Amino acid sequence: MTKMPSYTATTNACKLCKPLGASIAFRGVEGCVPFLHGSQGCATYMRRYIISHFNEPIDIASSSLGEKNAIYGGGPNLKLGLKNVTAKYAPKLIGVATTCLTETIGDDLPMLLAEYKKEFATAGSPLLVHVSTPSYSGTHMEGFHAAVRAVVEQLAVATTANDSINLLSGFISPADIRYLREVTDDFGINATILPDYSDTLDGPALDDYPLIPEGGTPLAAIRAMGGAKATVELGATLPEVTAGTVLRDIHGTPLHRTGMPIGIRATDAFFQLLAELTGREIPGCHAAARGRLIDSMVDGHKYVFGKKAVVYGEEDLVVGLTALLAEIGVRPVLCASGGKSGRMAASIAAAIEYLDCPMPVVKEDVDFFDIETLAEELEVDLVVGHSKGYAFARRRNLPMVRVGFPIHDRIGGQRILHLGYHGAQALFDLIANTLIEKKQDDSPVGYSYM
Amino acid sequence: MSAQTLLKERTKQIHRKGSAPFELDCNKDSLAGAVSQRACVFCGSRVVLYPIADALHLVHGPIGCAVYTWDIRGALSSGPELHRLSFSTDLQELDVVFGGEKKLAKALDELIDRYQPKAAFVYSTCIVGLIGDDLEAVCKKVSTEKGIPVLPVQSDGLKGNKRAGYEAACSAMARLVGTGDTAGIGKHSINILGDFNLAGEIWLIREYFERIGIEVVANITGDGRIADIQRCHGAALNVVQCSGSTMDLANIMKKRYGIPSLRVSYFGVEDMAEALYAVARHFGEPEMMEKARQVVKSELATLLPELAVYKKALTGKKAAIYVGGAFKAFSLVKAFRLIGMDVVMVGSQTGTKEDYIELEEITDEGTIIVDDSNPLELSAFLKEKEVDLFVGGVKERPIAYKLGVAFCDHNHERKEMLAGFAGMLNFAREVYGSVMSPIWKFVPRRKEEKKS
Repeated sequence: MTKMPSYTATTNACKLCKPLGASIAFRGVEGCVPFLHGSQGCATYMRRYIISHFNEPIDIASSSLGEKNAIYGGGPNLKLGLKNVTAKYAPKLIGVATTCLTETIGDDLPMLLAEYKKEFATAGSPLLVHVSTPSYSGTHMEGFHAAVRAVVEQLAVATTANDSINLLSGFISPADIRYLREVTDDFGINATILPDYSDTLDGPALDDYPLIPEGGTPLAAIRAMGGAKATVELGATLPEVTAGTVLRDIHGTPLHRTGMPIGIRATDAFFQLLAELTGREIPGCHAAARGRLIDSMVDGHKYVFGKKAVVYGEEDLVVGLTALLAEIGVRPVLCASGGKSGRMAASIAAAIEYLDCPMPVVKEDVDFFDIETLAEELEVDLVVGHSKGYAFARRRNLPMVRVGFPIHDRIGGQRILHLGYHGAQALFDLIANTLIEKKQDDSPVGYSYM
Repeated sequence: MSAQTLLKERTKQIHRKGSAPFELDCNKDSLAGAVSQRACVFCGSRVVLYPIADALHLVHGPIGCAVYTWDIRGALSSGPELHRLSFSTDLQELDVVFGGEKKLAKALDELIDRYQPKAAFVYSTCIVGLIGDDLEAVCKKVSTEKGIPVLPVQSDGLKGNKRAGYEAACSAMARLVGTGDTAGIGKHSINILGDFNLAGEIWLIREYFERIGIEVVANITGDGRIADIQRCHGAALNVVQCSGSTMDLANIMKKRYGIPSLRVSYFGVEDMAEALYAVARHFGEPEMMEKARQVVKSELATLLPELAVYKKALTGKKAAIYVGGAFKAFSLVKAFRLIGMDVVMVGSQTGTKEDYIELEEITDEGTIIVDDSNPLELSAFLKEKEVDLFVGGVKERPIAYKLGVAFCDHNHERKEMLAGFAGMLNFAREVYGSVMSPIWKFVPRRKEEKKS
């Protein structure tokens, strides 16, 4: 069972390319314009993809390479592009990510940027951060983590100890970032959340088009990250070297890794960690939220129990959601991702321990063709994931709960809250109501009480 | 350091009508760092061939190019829906080092067995040429083995802009043309080129043509089929919309088979009516012309009274246009006029010199005409002209919305039919539904008005 023929082609991928992740991460830094060193199409396609989720402008610059640059190198276009972005946007930082093209022609980005600085930089010039993101190795998540790491590696400096805590929160929604800010504020923590695109990708209506929107992790705070009391890095399937390990190894900042706080136990662990780091009790309002969450789960447990779910998306999101599903009595039977960290199965096993939940089928490096085939074989009742699963959910007449990125067929993707007790509450209500609605719609007698 | 909206190198791609003798640079490479709204060669090819529903479309490259074009157009099919799946060879690091030909051949072999398509298009992406893959050879080999056309599309992203991609798509299709049986095709026959059946538009257009006694041989490419394209050289006339994207194919067919072509647009009532008249004139049959008049008359009889309601509300409102191809812009200028709105800015990603000269002729004094623009310029134009409604695609939408300006989606993925007589009404409704929303009373842009 559940052995798939291994196809050569990828059909309906369940992953995106590396520079997209880097672009989103760069967008979460104060005054930063993401810049792709490659052909014009990459930047435009990614802008379009990101816009369709966030419904926000995102300007991603490009060195717009043409054919002759592939032969003679992309350096001149890169430099011209940097000059033009500087003139047009007056950014504080330009986050330059490579693409398949420039990696293949062998452009040496750090060297080119050093040349650029030598030739053109003045006192007021923007900072430059570079990251290597060829999309033929890894997914958007590797690109995201690599960009965050590059920002820290290239901007954080030796500094005196301070009382702040670094929070490397991973690829979460703007609503999630705002929630983390609330939690850290309630703990009285001076937190540096990196990246922070809660304003830059979910901003207010304005009178002027923002050259670079307000918000993002302050550059001063990033510089001081090495002096923080501790770093908290969210995720169970992270690469070996991350921004967190860099801060630990270079600046001696103690690193605490904990899974994405999705569901009760992962959130408990996160709050416990913050309590230990601050020596404070868990703030009353959050303890109360936990109480209401458990109470609501009791009220609704029957409507979800034993339903079989497929969960897909980025590995860390899948691990978190799997735990939440197992906690509420839904049976995650298939956990899938286009990523291949090699760490997903072990992380899921750990996340569902003691919950009387049989180990689901866990698949890394799969596409939606595989996911649909397996979901059918495993007779799932519920689809949990981003918009790109809708095609198969529709074919199989399965109810769907939309989470993660991208949400292209509904509004408000940026406002979906996944994290913490509040996120678990929102997701539980959504999952329960989706299943209730399906039963009600399928009922021959339409009823008005559950 | 202060920011500047307009880079010096861009000044020649912007013109204000009446300010100076008309001159506009276009068809240039996008300026590095300018945040162009354009995509790439691959994008051009992919959008043109995308609607061919019984073909396999395999993107040979790293994963990005395929995922960003999965189900990207609302191009409907009346039968197979193979075009709505996204296939990629998903090249990995080792493939880049050792070449991707074997992987490509194996992927094609498996996919053709799995889906039994009528043909396969294989798109090359930026790095394919660089790593030395011989697409042509692989396609030829698989074609012989599988007995279906397997067509390389030379769409390496870096080899120019979207326009070069249109040419690559037309070259690939040209290899299909002439390989099918043309028996039974009548003398009043046409191919419809450059309509992509967004929201079912080509079905409507076909119906109009059929009503005047025209036989449609092939849809190129909306609701397209391989077998139709293979025999489309049997048609008497190519009727070409969206001239940028499929004119090359029409030119090839003119050269190879002597088939003449007409340029038309189905958008807005004037252009739609003219499309029918032009075809009738071409065939020179008085009866056909009479039928065309009847179609226009009966359609307008229902449309105009309904349109009047919207016109009343929208008269005097100001519109801005930024679209991919300039052909759409011409029709939009006329369509806005029909509902009483003034066009104050118009631009395109890939317009030609001739396109812009024509735009300059049909627009009013003071209108801004722009080639290959970007978010900062576009937002500055919207503010300068105090625009009420912006029409464009997905990338233009957040520019309008962020500034509190109404927006009409005229993009690939729209769900509303905007072509034909029926489409004109949808267009008016769509514009009305955005311009008249009470939400604009709450946006910051209107704060001044509220105070006064």
